[in-house]
Amino acid sequence: MKFFEFIGQYVLFLRGLFSRPEKFRVFKKQLMLEMENIGLGSFGIVSLISTFTGAVSTIQIGYQLVSGLVPEYLIGRIVRDSNILEFSPTVTCLVLAGKVGSSIASEIGTMKVTEQVDALEIMGVNSANYLVLPKIFAGLFTIPLLVIYAMFLSLLGGALSGMMSGIINLDFFVKGLRADFIPFSVTFSMIKAFTFAFIITSVSSFHGYKTEGGALEVGQSSTKAVVYSCMGIIFFDYIISELFLKR
Amino acid sequence: MIRLDHINKGWGEKKVLTDISATFYQGKCNFVIGASGSGKSVLMKCMVGLLEVDSGVIQYGGKDFVSLDYEQKKEIRKEIGMLFQGTALFDSLNVEDNVAFPLRMFTKLTPSEIIERVNFCLKRVSLDNVNKLFPSAISGGMKKRVGIARAIALNPKYLFCDEPNSGLDPLTSRVIDELIMEITKEYNITTIINTHDMKSLFEMGENIVFIYKGRKEWEGRREDIRSSGNEQLLKFMKASEF
Repeated sequence: MKFFEFIGQYVLFLRGLFSRPEKFRVFKKQLMLEMENIGLGSFGIVSLISTFTGAVSTIQIGYQLVSGLVPEYLIGRIVRDSNILEFSPTVTCLVLAGKVGSSIASEIGTMKVTEQVDALEIMGVNSANYLVLPKIFAGLFTIPLLVIYAMFLSLLGGALSGMMSGIINLDFFVKGLRADFIPFSVTFSMIKAFTFAFIITSVSSFHGYKTEGGALEVGQSSTKAVVYSCMGIIFFDYIISELFLKR
Repeated sequence: MIRLDHINKGWGEKKVLTDISATFYQGKCNFVIGASGSGKSVLMKCMVGLLEVDSGVIQYGGKDFVSLDYEQKKEIRKEIGMLFQGTALFDSLNVEDNVAFPLRMFTKLTPSEIIERVNFCLKRVSLDNVNKLFPSAISGGMKKRVGIARAIALNPKYLFCDEPNSGLDPLTSRVIDELIMEITKEYNITTIINTHDMKSLFEMGENIVFIYKGRKEWEGRREDIRSSGNEQLLKFMKASEF
């Protein structure tokens, strides 16, 4: 019952959100600020996570395919597919749910408990539209770019770890990367990135926006934002895979 | 002028406001007083539309605020300035941007005109050289002044002040009181002040509404309080050492 209540509240929240911004100039300024926070602010952690994910996946796939019957270049191919299809969009977005999601929820939650949101409403500003819409658009623009960047770095990390550990040389790895490449994999990854970006920004904003109380509740909202965003990502990861990859 | 007619508000079985009717006059400092938990803040939130009333009418200059849709309410809200108990200044904006916020959102003024208006409002509340400071870097009294400057930036018709003196020393409290009073007279605003501070009430209260357990117990002029004969009001006064 609580789940349906949550879904209902979330849908109503989204409905109130999508209206024309009060002033486009102010919206543009907010959008730029949020893109800086979400995009540039996450550059470091995405670089680190994706490089090591790629590196570890090469080592683990190499470890599992120790056989004379399996061509060596297959390691590169499996690293490519697993990183493009799954690791780069999903792991990156799970990490961003923690970093960006908690930041959004605590920012809006603090504004709510200190009456800053009320101040906006009394001025005649649609507070949800003013505070949340730029975050959603910024997420939809920057998170897919971060995922593309993560794809590139994970493959680079995979190639480097393969070479350094002696599992696979660069030529074979690159041959694997180019073998039977399906461009739709990237499209599929982008579909996931857009969906996850929307989940992270909207679910976190929703939890921040319905915060009531004080510092304790802000912390709880932040935790809920991360947990629900991660659950949403995992759930839609399955749904999107089922819809687009089933043959 | 703001008129309340038979306002009721509750949550489930719990009634917070019961049948409140009152009038708040233009160009006067209208006070809403009462003990903690009496429903003053809920009444103020209902009046500005942060809470919806269960029944009753709230008239702003003859327009029934309750029956308006969201967009129509927004138009009336643009005529409202509010000073919050905790000031509610935007943490991420400096003093200048806080005061400029409503001007940027709702006017077509050029950036230089906005700065001119901001400086005028800050000067009006006796603040100089604080434009680039953030709310975290200024004192409680200065925050209240910035709150007032932001509230008057759009030349409001109605000014709501929720506990304007809370957390301030007696001297700063008097300064804030005088400022609110001056602004009310200068711009002929309908000012509604929600407070416990009896000193403020006796210095500037012109129309007083006393609320007790969610009901209006008494309404009148400050001169008539002592002769009101209302037991609860007199008890409240006595407890406040007045």
